[in-house]
Amino acid sequence: MVNPSRFQRYAPPIVVFFAVVILWEVLVDVLNIQRFLLPAPSVIAEAFFNTFSAIMNSAAYTVRSAVIGFLVGAGAGVLVALATVRWTTMREGLMPFAIALNSVPIIAFAPIMNNWFGSTNPMSKIMIVAVITFFPMMINMVRGLTLVEPAKIELMRSYATTPLEVLTKVRIPNALPYLFNALKVCSTLALIGAIVGEYFGGPRESLGVYILQEAQLFRFDNAWAAIIISALLGIAFYLIILAAERIAIPWHASVDRR
Amino acid sequence: MPPVVFLKNVNKIFGPAERPTTIALRDINLEIEPREFISLIGPSGCGKSTLLRAIGDLIEVSSGEVMVNDKPARQARVNREYGMVFQAPVLFEWRTVLRNVELPLEVMGVPKAERTRRGREMLRLVELQNFERHYPWQLSGGMQQRVAIARALAFRPGLLLMDEPFGALDEITRERMNAELLRIWHETQTTVVFVTHSIPEAVFLSTRVVVMSARPGRISDLITIDLPYPRNVETREHPRFFELVTTVREALRKGEEMRE
Repeated sequence: MVNPSRFQRYAPPIVVFFAVVILWEVLVDVLNIQRFLLPAPSVIAEAFFNTFSAIMNSAAYTVRSAVIGFLVGAGAGVLVALATVRWTTMREGLMPFAIALNSVPIIAFAPIMNNWFGSTNPMSKIMIVAVITFFPMMINMVRGLTLVEPAKIELMRSYATTPLEVLTKVRIPNALPYLFNALKVCSTLALIGAIVGEYFGGPRESLGVYILQEAQLFRFDNAWAAIIISALLGIAFYLIILAAERIAIPWHASVDRR
Repeated sequence: MPPVVFLKNVNKIFGPAERPTTIALRDINLEIEPREFISLIGPSGCGKSTLLRAIGDLIEVSSGEVMVNDKPARQARVNREYGMVFQAPVLFEWRTVLRNVELPLEVMGVPKAERTRRGREMLRLVELQNFERHYPWQLSGGMQQRVAIARALAFRPGLLLMDEPFGALDEITRERMNAELLRIWHETQTTVVFVTHSIPEAVFLSTRVVVMSARPGRISDLITIDLPYPRNVETREHPRFFELVTTVREALRKGEEMRE
């Protein structure tokens, strides 16, 4: 398509969205589906507006845990990856474990974290999020820092550069696309980690506990409204990283070149 | 004037000393004078790239003497006395064309204004002055290789080492790049060591062609190319050009027969 207009680009997903919502509404009505199984979109929308401020109040706590945990975990992942460039034996020793641990459902440790720090202590959620985000970040960064075209290193050698210059001028720029890929993965994981962590116990005003309680009290419309807020938060988090990526690495293929 | 490159009894053996796996170079002796254009030609595995890397101190030789500008190759590398062009352009995807050309100047601590001035001058030399803000992926293969040449020449090294720089280009682009390279060589007064496996390319470009043979890699012949400069499209149709192509081809064949 040559220079499609905005309408042409955005119309298909918008049509699909409304089609699904309308179909959902109609099916719930026609098949007479019970409210606790699946509330109609109109019912959820009503609950959404009625409980919006209460949900956002809980969401603030959860987002805070997710963001702090994300910064700690992803930050530590970057630092450890940088250290492994300097100390190769460290990389060879750590990588097998990192890859193994990355395929473990770390969220299963949430009750342990609650036990260690206390379920109402924000530290319990921050730690679970930090651990969940650490491994994908570290593994991706190690790849980005080490999977460098050998001729680039040879070129730098021909300029008699120091290892530090190779790091700053070759390895780190080379790792940036990997960094953003990891940040996208981590942004989703952070929110999942925080909410699921709260399912195993947390303060009253948190998204996980809110969803759990409303579901237990058969207020499924409220639970669904909160789930939608979590989804929107996840998308917002992802979009922020996408925007940062466009600014930071405009040269990269993953960035839209139109 | 001392030779730009001086090689004496150079040997390169891969693998452990007691159980060598490949003799990449055996008893290489060669002197390259200032302003020469030397091509290293030979079958794959004859060690021509290894020899080029030994001159650039990108690999260590097992024995023998490698001198560049009258000093050990390592010292010449540390002094940044040569520019290198690889078969792939090896451009940094995250840098614009101009900033790619500026890379060696940046490493050498040249101030920003001077870097930009010199970078632009080099881009004019390779006729890419209108592409300084482009990213590498926006250029064709031939243009990317010209950026690589501009980068190698940016700090005005006296010696240019080129490892099959046009090997990945189509025949038409390659011939145009050959003419371009001769013009640049003429304008910059550099000495060039050029690895290739194309006989016409070697004959068209060089003042001398070094014929190598494989297993073990060694110099089997040295052929002086007495075609007059400037060389152009007509040169390729000159009877003497065909004679020299035949001479190099026969030297390559003879080298193959010498194989142990």
